[in-house]
Amino acid sequence: MSRRIRVLVAKPGLDGHDRGAKVVARAFRDAGMEVVYTGLHQAPEEIAETALQEDVDVVGLSILSGAHNTLVPKVVQGLRDRGMTEVIVLVGGIIPEADVKFLEGEGVARVYGPGTTTESLVKETRELVESRRRLIENKVDG
Amino acid sequence: MTKRDIGPERRDSFITVSGDEIDPIYTPEDIEGLDYETDLGEPGGYPFTRGVYPSMYRGRLWTMRQFAGFGTAESTNSRFKFLLEKGQTGLSTAFHLPTIMGYDSDHPRADGEVGKLGVAIDSLRDMEILFDGIPLDQVSTSMTINAPAAILLAMYIAVGEQQGVSSDKLRGTIQNDILKEYIAQKSYIFPPEPSMRLITDIFDYCSEQVPKWNTVSISGYHIREAGSTALQELAFTLADGMTYVEYGINAGLDVDDFAPRLSFFFNAHNDIFEEIAKYRAARRIWARVMRERFKAKDPRSWLMRFHTQTAGCSLTAQQPENNIVRTAFQALAAVLGGTQSLHTNSMDEALALPGEKAVKIALRTQQLIAEESGVVNTIDPLAGSYFVEAMTDRMEEGCLEYFDRIEKLGGVIPAIEKGFFQREISDAAYQYQRRVEKGETAVVGVNKYAEEDGIDIPLLEIGAEVQASQIARLKQVRAERDSDRVEQCLNSLRSAATGEDNLMPVILEAVKAYATVGEIIGVLREAFGEYREQPLY
Repeated sequence: MSRRIRVLVAKPGLDGHDRGAKVVARAFRDAGMEVVYTGLHQAPEEIAETALQEDVDVVGLSILSGAHNTLVPKVVQGLRDRGMTEVIVLVGGIIPEADVKFLEGEGVARVYGPGTTTESLVKETRELVESRRRLIENKVDG
Repeated sequence: MTKRDIGPERRDSFITVSGDEIDPIYTPEDIEGLDYETDLGEPGGYPFTRGVYPSMYRGRLWTMRQFAGFGTAESTNSRFKFLLEKGQTGLSTAFHLPTIMGYDSDHPRADGEVGKLGVAIDSLRDMEILFDGIPLDQVSTSMTINAPAAILLAMYIAVGEQQGVSSDKLRGTIQNDILKEYIAQKSYIFPPEPSMRLITDIFDYCSEQVPKWNTVSISGYHIREAGSTALQELAFTLADGMTYVEYGINAGLDVDDFAPRLSFFFNAHNDIFEEIAKYRAARRIWARVMRERFKAKDPRSWLMRFHTQTAGCSLTAQQPENNIVRTAFQALAAVLGGTQSLHTNSMDEALALPGEKAVKIALRTQQLIAEESGVVNTIDPLAGSYFVEAMTDRMEEGCLEYFDRIEKLGGVIPAIEKGFFQREISDAAYQYQRRVEKGETAVVGVNKYAEEDGIDIPLLEIGAEVQASQIARLKQVRAERDSDRVEQCLNSLRSAATGEDNLMPVILEAVKAYATVGEIIGVLREAFGEYREQPLY
């Protein structure tokens, strides 16, 4: 019986729009995952540090301020610097189509825009974590 | 009210966007006891249910005031001029997040944020450029700014002075509603008590120096955007308003010296009649509160004057043209509800800041309602409707119940500290999301009539060069100003902050010396501390 999925929901930068982050945090919790919500105005380093301390499987970044191209890579770098290379990074918010490829190139697994349902988000997160865990097990075994 | 049998219905219940159930039909029974004199009154007459002024749109249309701001002051100055040229009748300023949160554009926390959500204003120099060619004695300007409101107001006064316009001629509004920041918008900086001190200082200062200025825009818009119901929007906003009045009085001001310049700001969401009932109930409740509870004698103190913005949160990224229609009927609700000022969102709301073509359509939406719909021909056309009056009463009842709950928690600030509003709002937001995902609430283009088509409209982009050029300008301002004078001003501010003197004159001096937003807020951060919220969800 594998351990419960642990998710960090974080708000990087100065963006104060937290409606989505809270809905998503609650949805993850209701789906049986363990959730830590950072609250607002987090610097990328703070988020990476919290991810480490909380030993999470997933870091979900909520960002609606347009600063994603600057802040998201900094979070990813912060995670890498701490050896958290297996963490799945998800981004939600207002991300222009043109920037999705860039973020994926920076290590983001998925980018979720307006209209995403919590049902699909929870399902995909679970799939991503389980598939990542299988990969890790195989590496260890093989 | 027993459920009437009208034969087979399409669904089990018909609900508003807030989740409240609506009956198939409303009859005289639903408004039994409604008294025209006591409950409605004439437009411009107590309790103002029918409108704050006797002539309303027959005398003067609402102000068409589109929220605008992006990039550097030059870009926003151009957009201001574009909007005025297209026929808008008031200015409204959106500042970028660093200014909103009290950081200069070169602060590490500003990296990536400069010019993205609004105009970058670091110093008076930017403000001068922002209003270049715009005579401040001929426009009214709203500024959406909260914790740093005193600074932006001071900059506006300073620009006015440069133009030869004395502060008593300036017309406009600063949002300056810190309570709803803790509750919903989250652009707080300092803790509640010092924030309220700044606000009452502004009340006092403006009552003498800037008498035509609306010193707060007590807001429900953001509360609604965060996911609240219409009733919560109404109740929490008015509760905030009452708290400002209490604090003003406790600061030694006469209620009639500042209350006439309190203004409000509501959302106009999808459910047309729920919104109209909300606005009408708001006017009636506020009038009664001001006259009966706060004993205001000046009838202008009883008026709930408000600006409205159509609901950003209702607009979709999918099939953005649908947003033009949503905005149109939301704007209609605001007009039927008697708003004094209106911003209509652009169709690209869920994707980017308004592009030129999109914002023009949004402005034309207001002009079309004003010129072609006929709804402005008479005042408060829906008065006497069984449905609308019943809904207005229902809003008022619900609001008074919330007032009781808030009072039992010790008032607004204790309730904030207990997380009361925040939980109500996040519960409502979650319930709404559940309704959408279950298909109980339709969102056209998203969970109904959805299509695969990509998004095909031009979008405004904020280039990377904005940050670099703003930082360069900031550097130049710092190099050219009298840094001794700046230091002196900041020292004066430092000692005034820990004392009881009104901070506005001190801030005005600092601003004229080209002290920056970040520097001024930095001093106040040291003196007042920073607010850190409990991360509830």
